[in-house]
Amino acid sequence: MALTKRIIPCLDVSGGKTVKGIHFAEMVIMGDPIIMAKQYAIEGADELVFLDISATIEQRKTFAKLVSQIAHEIDIPFTVGGGIQSISDVEVLLKAGADKISINSAAIKNPQLLTELNKQFGSQCIVLAVDAKCIDGVSYIFSNAGKVFTGIKTIDWVKQAESSGVGEILLTSIDHDGTKEGFALELIDTISNAMSIPVIASGGAGNAYHFKTLFASTNCDAALAASIFHNGNLSLPDLKISLKNNNINVRL
Amino acid sequence: MKIVIVDYNVGNINSVFFALQRLGVNAIVSDDASVITSADKVILPGVGTANFAMQSLCKKGLDKVIINLTKPVLGICLGMQLLCEHSEENDTPCLGVFKHKVKRFSGTLKVPQMGWNTINNLIGPLFENLDESAYQYFVHSYYVGLNSQTIATTNYLIDYSAALQFENFYGVQFHPEKSSKPGSLILKNFINL
Repeated sequence: MALTKRIIPCLDVSGGKTVKGIHFAEMVIMGDPIIMAKQYAIEGADELVFLDISATIEQRKTFAKLVSQIAHEIDIPFTVGGGIQSISDVEVLLKAGADKISINSAAIKNPQLLTELNKQFGSQCIVLAVDAKCIDGVSYIFSNAGKVFTGIKTIDWVKQAESSGVGEILLTSIDHDGTKEGFALELIDTISNAMSIPVIASGGAGNAYHFKTLFASTNCDAALAASIFHNGNLSLPDLKISLKNNNINVRL
Repeated sequence: MKIVIVDYNVGNINSVFFALQRLGVNAIVSDDASVITSADKVILPGVGTANFAMQSLCKKGLDKVIINLTKPVLGICLGMQLLCEHSEENDTPCLGVFKHKVKRFSGTLKVPQMGWNTINNLIGPLFENLDESAYQYFVHSYYVGLNSQTIATTNYLIDYSAALQFENFYGVQFHPEKSSKPGSLILKNFINL
């Protein structure tokens, strides 16, 4: 027995509802995040991620309340993120009961923030979310929900973040997100092998085979997916049994 | 039954509080020595770094309060490590209830260990009705080796202590408050000690 590979359903939340966009656009309402989260926990989700994609301050307040509700009701670890700008944003969410926070654009704007967060809260609760896109064969990071080209190479950014004390990398391939055609295997393998901290792969999950291929061919630690679970196209128990049958070590 | 969670500015106090609430227990979160001393059960949670946590305990004068408790005490994760003698994390002297040293993982695997792992060779009432090799959620970079006070083992690169016990003191390296049903069973067993 050993540490298992984690399967992580992700819930994008806006105005208190779970939504899903394709290629970081076009939102569709999927359901109530608490009900969905509870169901996923029962079905064997190893962790959950809740991303606040609200546009307004009013909706953001709703999110902090939701985090507290999740913490009351869910008995597995969960990460929250989306729009985190400052140490005080992080403090509010951790106090509300989140186990980890994920940070993205704010860290790109101010990399020093990662060092400060590590110092104040410890690396174990700081997840760096990275949105990567391939341009002419080179992977670059994008900020502001995948909209803004930064010119920073993905590998350079995750290396820098690791040395700043980030505890985990959530790596989303913008090219693969929403396509349901499989994970960005090459990118994920490159980044996982370059890191001594855990890497969560995200973007492109369409069926159980994609997860199997991901874990069999890369060194990543966890896989995150959203719509494939929300739509009911793939159930967590079926996925985990299928992985187990393919000699991938998962918690059943 | 008065269950007190020691409040000393560490990360997962609310998680432990909520987990107990799900078991129908309203715990008291306190840094008051008299409240802690009069408790039936005391939980020492902990997420963060050893030196910062020890400083925080000592500043509140809780180091001596904790080591002199005679009722069951449960240290969780960093809380368990603080009950040991010394941590390699910033070379920190700890409470010394468990006469062991806390070491950093070294080798080829990723650190921190983050995720679900099994706990094995379970001994004693903390694990009553729990299946051997039950999964628990771990997040840590430092560990305690196997020793005569080990009451559960796990493996990440090496075999080490998933749980320790000495007299009324218990420690678990994992997070029962975040480990679904098998975790809440351990918390329930602790409450029922």
